[in-house]
Amino acid sequence: MLDNFNLLTLVPALNVQLLLDGLFIGAIFGLAAYGLALVWGVMNLKNLAQGDFVMIGGYIAWWLGTQGIHPLFGLPVAIISMFAFGWILYITVIYRVVDKDLFTSLLATFGVAIVIQQVLNLLFGPVTQTAFSGLGTFTIINDFVTISEMRILSFGLCAILAISIIYFMKSTRMGQAIRATAQDPRAARVLGVDTHQVYAFTFALNAAICGAAGALISMIWVIQPFFGITHSIRSFVIVTAAGFGNLPGVIVSGLGLGVFEQFGGFIMGAEYQQAIVVGLLLLVLVFREIQQARVRQVVR
Amino acid sequence: MTHGISRRALTASTATIALVGWFGTADAKVEGDTIVLGSAISLTGKYAGNGIHSKNGYDIAIDRINEMGGVSVGDKTYKLAVTYYDDESTPARATQLAERLINQDGTEYMLGPYSSGLTAAIAPITEQYQVPMVEAEGASRSLFNKGYEYIFAVLSTSEQYLRSAIALAAEQAEAEGKKPSELTVAMAFENDPFSLDVRDGVVEDVEKFGMKVVLDDKLPRDLSDFSTTLTKVKALQPDILVLSGHDKGAATLARQYAEMGLEVPMVAVTHCEGSDIAATYGEAVNGFFCPTQWSETLSYSDEYFGSAADFDQLFKETFSDYEVVPYQSAQAAAAVIVFKEAFERAGTFDKKAVRDAIAATDMETFYGPIQFAPEGNNIAKPMVLRQIQDGEYVVVAPTKWASSKPNISFDSGS
Repeated sequence: MLDNFNLLTLVPALNVQLLLDGLFIGAIFGLAAYGLALVWGVMNLKNLAQGDFVMIGGYIAWWLGTQGIHPLFGLPVAIISMFAFGWILYITVIYRVVDKDLFTSLLATFGVAIVIQQVLNLLFGPVTQTAFSGLGTFTIINDFVTISEMRILSFGLCAILAISIIYFMKSTRMGQAIRATAQDPRAARVLGVDTHQVYAFTFALNAAICGAAGALISMIWVIQPFFGITHSIRSFVIVTAAGFGNLPGVIVSGLGLGVFEQFGGFIMGAEYQQAIVVGLLLLVLVFREIQQARVRQVVR
Repeated sequence: MTHGISRRALTASTATIALVGWFGTADAKVEGDTIVLGSAISLTGKYAGNGIHSKNGYDIAIDRINEMGGVSVGDKTYKLAVTYYDDESTPARATQLAERLINQDGTEYMLGPYSSGLTAAIAPITEQYQVPMVEAEGASRSLFNKGYEYIFAVLSTSEQYLRSAIALAAEQAEAEGKKPSELTVAMAFENDPFSLDVRDGVVEDVEKFGMKVVLDDKLPRDLSDFSTTLTKVKALQPDILVLSGHDKGAATLARQYAEMGLEVPMVAVTHCEGSDIAATYGEAVNGFFCPTQWSETLSYSDEYFGSAADFDQLFKETFSDYEVVPYQSAQAAAAVIVFKEAFERAGTFDKKAVRDAIAATDMETFYGPIQFAPEGNNIAKPMVLRQIQDGEYVVVAPTKWASSKPNISFDSGS
């Protein structure tokens, strides 16, 4: 561990490599986490199938790649088809559990996650896949830092998507309805908002966002029907750290988690790369608890 | 009164015995003229890829043997069949299913599951019920030092997987006028029984040659990103990079190696064929060394499949979606052949006799020679090392069977 730390001080360029890798991948984490924050905040639904939505998006881009269509075109295709998928899933499953207690919705989304994994496995097989963007890499700082062009592009696309979501939530009627429902669903209903319509749209939007994240993941990392769970965990960590209804917070935590994973994995060894994520969640929860205990005291 | 009860009890127990007897025959290991083997295998979950390769290997051998007339035991011939259950790649499920196969289905002969971890989970159960298991996919050394008597493995044990790569590196260093001890090694192994065994073999040989280990990373099971490990490799510039992490390990390395701009003189990685990295990643993995249990270019042969190349062809005809036949399938087929010959030599279906007949196996198959040590591992077959050259896997070691020369140079590295 100390060796790895020394290595970082001996070769400072490695810090740049880890930082950039972390930011590039963190942007995608942030994107998927924002979708979770949305359904969590608006519908009070903890979607355990979040990471599996990401995998579906990945498989859409990968599959288009195998059909001779550039996987980048998979991004809009994934967004549109996942939006439809999310809507259908809402009508068939989520609609029935959205106002039930926590466990019902957890079980339902967990079930959805299992079904998605197995269907992906049946359709595409369990082989680890990757979509080829055909973009190259370049190096900076005396060849020490390698940057893949795809990662920069995906970072840019994440930024564009985030900006469009912010714009959508602020400026459109549906965006306003979503925010109103998040604040107080009963009041929103009284004022004529069709909250089920809003829920359906929110859930579909989340699926679309996950689809986008997955399409990007497939071009940067590898995808496999059963890799969804780690993405779900990351999303939960990010949202727990940032709090829902806080897009800037989610973006910052997403980027932070990406960087944290890279440095943690480098210094402590790859075997702890994911333990670190869960450890971080624990720290955040403890910190939140202390913070809130103070608030409770003030109230008392 | 007492009389009545005892008579009732007698009737009840007779009925029970009759029921057990009836179900017993219905569910026994030999149904009519069919010998039923049992296997819990990973059809879903993280080992599903290799699980299906194994199942296909079992199936092709079963079909072939049945086509050739089946198994003659005594003066009767029997067909072979397998009861499969999906163990979902989890040890808990595998043990449940092994119990179910033996206790409920009456299975008395088992074919192994995929992976050392799952084989290790099942082995105590087959041992307890004295059910002989011929397995083809569990190579962990730990399976053969527990004193098990009913487990037999046709494949080479896992600590041999990447040893040949280290030996080849040492050979090459000497040919270039260097000392093997000048070489530096970076290691990355998944934290599971199989990969850690591979690591043990590598560590032993690295120590033997006095090479220097500059990196020793353990990869968690669900990791889909090696960039931190590879960043270290980039900084440390080792002469040799060895990595093992099943299919996804090979795929992730292939994905990120070129992307990180790495140029390690020698890269050796297990499970190249499972995720077919040569076809998928092309130029990026050119020069990678891949250990294999078996290759279709080897000169082994038997009466069932003919030569290794004949097996390769038959397999591709039977399962048209394979471009490269994984060694997992070949060795699974070999396990079935071991059972077939053992039944015939035993001449009975008695578990103990079949077990002894398996233990006495000494034969040539298309997969390689098979002869079991008292511990149950195959001591007759060596591990093969292949290199990806221009998108093809070519055998480069051991030199006795090598069809090509390894393409490797440590000069540029230092």
